[in-house]
Amino acid sequence: MSANNLTAVTGKKTKSYAAQKRTILIASYIFLIVLSIIWVIPIVWVVLTAFRAEPGQFSSSFFPKPYTWIEGDIKYTATFTLDNFKDLFTPREGFDFKKMWLNTFIVATISCVISTFFAISTSYVMSRMRFKMRKPFMNIALVLGMFPGFMSMIAVYFILKSIGIHQTLAALVLVYSAGAGLGFYVCKGFFDTVPKALDEAAMIDGANKAQVFFKIILPMSKPIIVYQALTAFMGPWMDFIFAKFLMGTNYDTYTVSIGLFSMLEKERIYEYFRQFAAGSVLVAVPIMILFMSLQKYYVEGVTGGAVKG
Amino acid sequence: MFQKKDGSEIKVEDSFATKLSFLIMGFGNLMHKQIVKGLGFLAIEVGFIVFMAMSGVQNLINLFTLGTVETHDEVVPGKILPVRVFGDNSMLFLLFGVLTVMVIIAFVFVWRANIKSARYVQKLEMQGKKIPSMIDDIKLYLDERFHITLLTIPIIGILTFTILPLIYMICVAFTNYDKDHQVPGNLFHWVGFANFGNVLIGDERMSTTFFGVLGWTIVWAFFATFTNYFAGIIVALIINQKEVKFKKLWRSILVLTIAMPQFISLLVMRCFFSNYGVVNRTLINLGILDGIDSAIPFFEDPTLAKITVIFVNMWVGIPHTMLMSSGILMNIPQDLYEAATVDGANKVQMFFKITLPQIIFTTTPYLIQTFIGNINNFNLIYLLTGGGPVSSKYYAAGRTDLLVTWLYKLTADNRDYNLASTIGILIFIISATFSLLTYRNTKSYKEEDAFQ
Repeated sequence: MSANNLTAVTGKKTKSYAAQKRTILIASYIFLIVLSIIWVIPIVWVVLTAFRAEPGQFSSSFFPKPYTWIEGDIKYTATFTLDNFKDLFTPREGFDFKKMWLNTFIVATISCVISTFFAISTSYVMSRMRFKMRKPFMNIALVLGMFPGFMSMIAVYFILKSIGIHQTLAALVLVYSAGAGLGFYVCKGFFDTVPKALDEAAMIDGANKAQVFFKIILPMSKPIIVYQALTAFMGPWMDFIFAKFLMGTNYDTYTVSIGLFSMLEKERIYEYFRQFAAGSVLVAVPIMILFMSLQKYYVEGVTGGAVKG
Repeated sequence: MFQKKDGSEIKVEDSFATKLSFLIMGFGNLMHKQIVKGLGFLAIEVGFIVFMAMSGVQNLINLFTLGTVETHDEVVPGKILPVRVFGDNSMLFLLFGVLTVMVIIAFVFVWRANIKSARYVQKLEMQGKKIPSMIDDIKLYLDERFHITLLTIPIIGILTFTILPLIYMICVAFTNYDKDHQVPGNLFHWVGFANFGNVLIGDERMSTTFFGVLGWTIVWAFFATFTNYFAGIIVALIINQKEVKFKKLWRSILVLTIAMPQFISLLVMRCFFSNYGVVNRTLINLGILDGIDSAIPFFEDPTLAKITVIFVNMWVGIPHTMLMSSGILMNIPQDLYEAATVDGANKVQMFFKITLPQIIFTTTPYLIQTFIGNINNFNLIYLLTGGGPVSSKYYAAGRTDLLVTWLYKLTADNRDYNLASTIGILIFIISATFSLLTYRNTKSYKEEDAFQ
C-alpha cells in the first residue's frame, strides 16, 4: 500500500492512475470477500449443525468438535452424523415431518397456480382494458394494501369456520391465493411495456380480446409469469403466521414452517435443535435450486416492477 | 358490434316493460326474448327476497344490538340441576350483519344493471335494431367486456377474504370485544370511539405503549429502509465495476440468502446472536470476552437489541436492493459516462451527477413501498426478538415491538381484539397519509397511463 502511495506521489501521472486503480480493485476484492463470508456464514452454520453429532442447541465452537457417546456398551465418537435426518423423518406423536413437507408442497403448488392466474389476469385487465371502474379499483387495491394483513386474521378464521373448512389445507390455499388479484402492480408494469401495437394488429386480423390475451400476451409474458409463480410458490414455505393461526392444534395439516418453529420452543430446543437445522436444509435446498435456476426471471420481475412502480 | 352510446341524445320515456323492471327484475329482458338473461335477473331477485325474509332482516337487527341474551343457567322444571342456556353470539351477529350489508349493496348494483339492460333493449327495439341474443352476449364477454370475465372470480376472492374480514375488523374497533368479553358466553357491545380515546389519550399505560412503539416503528422503518437502500447500491456499484471479475459468483452468493426461506434465516440469526450463541462463543474462544457472564446481550439490552435488529435486517435486505440496482445500473446508457469523461469528470462526480440521480429517479416508488413494508415488517421483529426485551412500562409490548407485532400479540396472546383493530386502523392511517404525501407526487403515479 505504502509503495503504491509513494509511486502515486512521485511517479508520472499515468502510472499513478494505474496504481490508484489497482488499489481500488484490491480494496473491492477484499470488501467482496469479507461480504461473502458474512453472508455465507449463517448458511454454512446451519448445514454444519444439520450434520453435527454433538447434541444441544449450542455447540462449543463454530466448527463442531468430535463428540463421544455411549449406546449400549459401545462407545461412539463422531463429529458428523446423518442421524439428525433419520430422526427428523421418524414420525412421532404430533410431529410428522414428511407429512408436513408434503402438505406444504400441495398447498404451495395449488395456490401458486390459482394466485398466478388471478394476478396475471387482473394485471392484464388493468394494463390493457379501459373501463369506468379501473382507476377506482386500482386505488382500492392501494388502500387495502396499507392495512396490516393479519389484522383480519380472526375474521378470516371465523369465515372459514362458518364454511366448515377451517383447519384444512383448502383453507390455507384460499387464504394464500384469494387476495392475489390485489397484487397486480408488478405484472402490470410488465404488461405496460409490451407494445400495444401487437394487440391492435391482432384485432385487425379479427381476434377478440380473449384471443389476444391467451394467444399473444400470455406466450410473450414468460418472465413475469415465472416471477409471479415463483413468489406465489415460495409464500407457503415461508409463512407461518396464518398457517399457525388457522391450523391450531390439527397436527395433520401442519406445514413445515409451523413444525420448524415449534422445534425451537424452549422445552424442546435442546433435543430438537439439530433436527431443526436438518429440516431447514431440506426446506431451503429445493427452494434455493428453484430460485437459482429461475433467478433471471426474478431479477427481471424485481427491476421491471421497481422501475414502473 | 353494438354501440352503447348511439347518436340519439333525446331522453326516451321508459316503456311499460322497462318500468315493470323496477319491480320485477329481468322483465324488460324477458319481453324482448332475452330469456336466459331475464330469468337470471329474476332468480337473483327471488333469491334476495328469500334471503332477506329468512335471515337478512334479522341479521340487520342483530347488527344493531349485537345480541341481547347472555349465556346463563336456567332452572327447568323436572330437572334437578340448572340447564346451561347458550346466549347470543355477538361475534357471529357482527359477521353476518356485515355480510348482509354487503349482499344488499351487491343487490343494488345488480338491480341497477337490470334497469340499464331493460332501457338498452327498449332503445334497440325503438331504433329497429336487432336485439342481441345470448350468443352475442357471450361474445361480448370475450371481447369488449373481457375485463368482467377475467375479474369476476378474483374480485369475489378479494371481497370474501380481504374486504369482508377487513370491514368486520374495522367494526370491532368500535366495540368492547376484549379479553373480558369473549364469545360465546359473553356479549360485546358498540362503544363508539372509546378504544381510540383509550389508546391515544385516555389510558396512560396504553398511550405510553402506543407512542413508544410508534416512535420506534418510525425510527426502525427509516433506518431499515435507507441502510439497505444505500448499502445495496454501493455493493452493486462495487460488483459492477468493469475490472471486477467473477461478477456472477459474487451476486449468486448474496442471492443465496434471498432463496433461503426468511423464517429459517431469521431463526438461525436468533440463535446466532443469543447469549450462548455462536457469536458470543467465538468471542470467548478468541479470548476477547472473559466468559459466558460477560456475553454481549445482543437481544437483551434495549438499545443493543434495536441496533442488532437493524444490522440483521441489512443482512436480509441488501441482496434485494443489490439485485434491483444492478438491473438499473446496467440500463444506464454508457455514452452518458463517456461524455462525462470527455468533459473531465472524475468517478466521484460521475457517481453523484449521473448514477445516483438515475437510481433515485427510477426507484422512488420502490423506496416508498419499502418504507411502508418496513412499518409492517412483522417477520423480522417477531422471529428475531419476539418484541423483547420486555418493558414494564408497556402494555403487552416489548422494546423492539413494532405496531404490527404489538397488534399480533394483542390478537393472539391477549385476545384484546378491539385494541388490535384500533391499532390496525391507526397503522393504516399512518401508512395512508405517508403514501398520499409522497406516492401521488411521483411521476410514475401521475403518468401511469402515459407510458403506452
